[in-house]
Amino acid sequence: MKKWDQVRAGKRRQHNSSSRGHDHPLANRRSQIRNPKIWLFAVFCSFLRAGSFASPAVPKFPFDLASGEIYVALMQKGNASTFDSPRVRFVMRMPVPQFFSNFVGRKLFRFLLTIQGLGAFALITLAVLIKKIGAARPVVRPLIFREISRSGLQLLPMFLFLAAALGLLVIGQTVSWATRFGATQYLGTVMVIVVVRELGPLISALLVLARIGTANVVELGTARATGEVEALEALGIDPVHFLVVPRVLGMAIGIFSLTVYLIIGALASGYLWAFMQDVPLRPGDYFSQLASALTGLDFILLALKTVLFGFIIAIVTCYHGLAQPLRLEEVSYATVRAVAQSVIACVMIDALFIVIYLAT
Amino acid sequence: MSTAPETSTRCALEMRGVSVSSMRDVDSIAVEDVNWTVSPGQWWVISGLQGTGKSDFMMMTGGLMAPVAGTYCFLGEEMPIFEDHRLPDRLKLGFVFENGQLFHQLTISENISLPLRYHRNLSQAEAEPEVKKLLELTELAPWADSTPGAIARNWQRRAGLARALMLRPEVLLLDNPLAGLDLRHRAWWLNLLEQLSRGHEWTNGRPMTLIVTTNDLRLWRGGARQFAVLKDKRFIVLGGWEQVEKASDEMVRELRTTATTED
Repeated sequence: MKKWDQVRAGKRRQHNSSSRGHDHPLANRRSQIRNPKIWLFAVFCSFLRAGSFASPAVPKFPFDLASGEIYVALMQKGNASTFDSPRVRFVMRMPVPQFFSNFVGRKLFRFLLTIQGLGAFALITLAVLIKKIGAARPVVRPLIFREISRSGLQLLPMFLFLAAALGLLVIGQTVSWATRFGATQYLGTVMVIVVVRELGPLISALLVLARIGTANVVELGTARATGEVEALEALGIDPVHFLVVPRVLGMAIGIFSLTVYLIIGALASGYLWAFMQDVPLRPGDYFSQLASALTGLDFILLALKTVLFGFIIAIVTCYHGLAQPLRLEEVSYATVRAVAQSVIACVMIDALFIVIYLAT
Repeated sequence: MSTAPETSTRCALEMRGVSVSSMRDVDSIAVEDVNWTVSPGQWWVISGLQGTGKSDFMMMTGGLMAPVAGTYCFLGEEMPIFEDHRLPDRLKLGFVFENGQLFHQLTISENISLPLRYHRNLSQAEAEPEVKKLLELTELAPWADSTPGAIARNWQRRAGLARALMLRPEVLLLDNPLAGLDLRHRAWWLNLLEQLSRGHEWTNGRPMTLIVTTNDLRLWRGGARQFAVLKDKRFIVLGGWEQVEKASDEMVRELRTTATTED
């Protein structure tokens, strides 16, 4: 303690003596501030470094190994994480990049690592799902039903409300535009293109992500932080089997079912709104318009897409909650990251399906 | 290195040149070069000041982490065991966490029954008789339907013990079981562990091998317990209580004479 006091006293003494030498301790700095060249240079530098200031390396960011974090996967047998090799650690511990190219490179590197980690986690989950399909049925089956109810049945009222709204906004806009050209015979086609192929699945996925995906990250992140995952392992229970598999199945089935209800509801409410806007359209005509616009491929792709959405959202949210040793204060960061990555993943899958539609 | 006599041809635990990394930072080594043999039925007390890696060592011993170096065999099987076909051997090892580490979504009785239901494919009703016995043993019956968040920490830790006992393990690891307990709870734990060590009716009279960690050696004085300390990343086997009393090491003296933390 004494030693420290002496050091501090010494520093103060130095500071006092230096300030006595000038009129004001900031005098030199002030002359710098008046110099326009220095200003220009400062603006240039701040522009160059803008990206690195905005980089998450500055606040606490568990992916960043510069903060001394480790990144161990939840199981040692199938190491889901790719953040724990010496080479990766070396790269991630390098000083904050000075230039945009470095910054972009680092971002890209991080992105690829995340993809790799998510891919590994998805493969592990699939392997466990297939391998332990009938194992511990009395324990896992109620969990699966609970998850289906949570990310399916319990959201149904909200989805029915949403279906009515979706029908209104699509039909409302289309009718106001189509009546000008007398093109009301395309109402059914528009509904199929907009609701069945695009908006229905995507809205369902994003809503389930917002309501259940976030809850997943928080639940699993807390379980990780409070040591429940270690407790599972100590009891010989596979955490992926117990925690991830029910969520993946529940979310895939939930999103698929909700999308079907959302689409049926939106198509029905669409007719209702068209009827209320005095469009001369009989229910039979509307139905035959829908039927002619739909193809067999629509049904297959709809099922595939929604199940894939559910799978991806569950994987991303579980990965962020579970695949790294979190501390309690890191759970909120993990949630933010999981939501962002889930949205990006869903949009990318959607883009992939558009390509399939265009190709066929 | 072990001073323990070999009472059986098969060791309960055997470590040769084992190094343990820290749970939070895989780069740092918490304990180095452990050579340790535990025979069935022994009761070991591992002591050390806080932050000397007792919990990391227990995590490794419990098979939750692989050793960084060396070999660690549990009942002749190399640890850690993650493969499904070796799981029955793994389940002979019970682990009681310092704070119980219960599953907060489940009730106390569901927590206790979970390992049995998962590994034996039983419904909650089928597991009920076993759960009832353990609830009575740990005096937890009044809170059977509460969630862990609703009961006091002392009782949560008992639930953690009950959950670990559910599968009738042969070796039980307890991470700092007496830390922060009041006298009544402490006496209860010591008494039950004593019974388990001698052979409790829950395990059909089979003596259980116990390994506990502690901050305070005085609490574990007497009996036929074996002692070891963790100091400066080394695992030092002391032997019986007489050796602890004779030990000239300053830290051992501190651990056996003064209360350290929480007590």
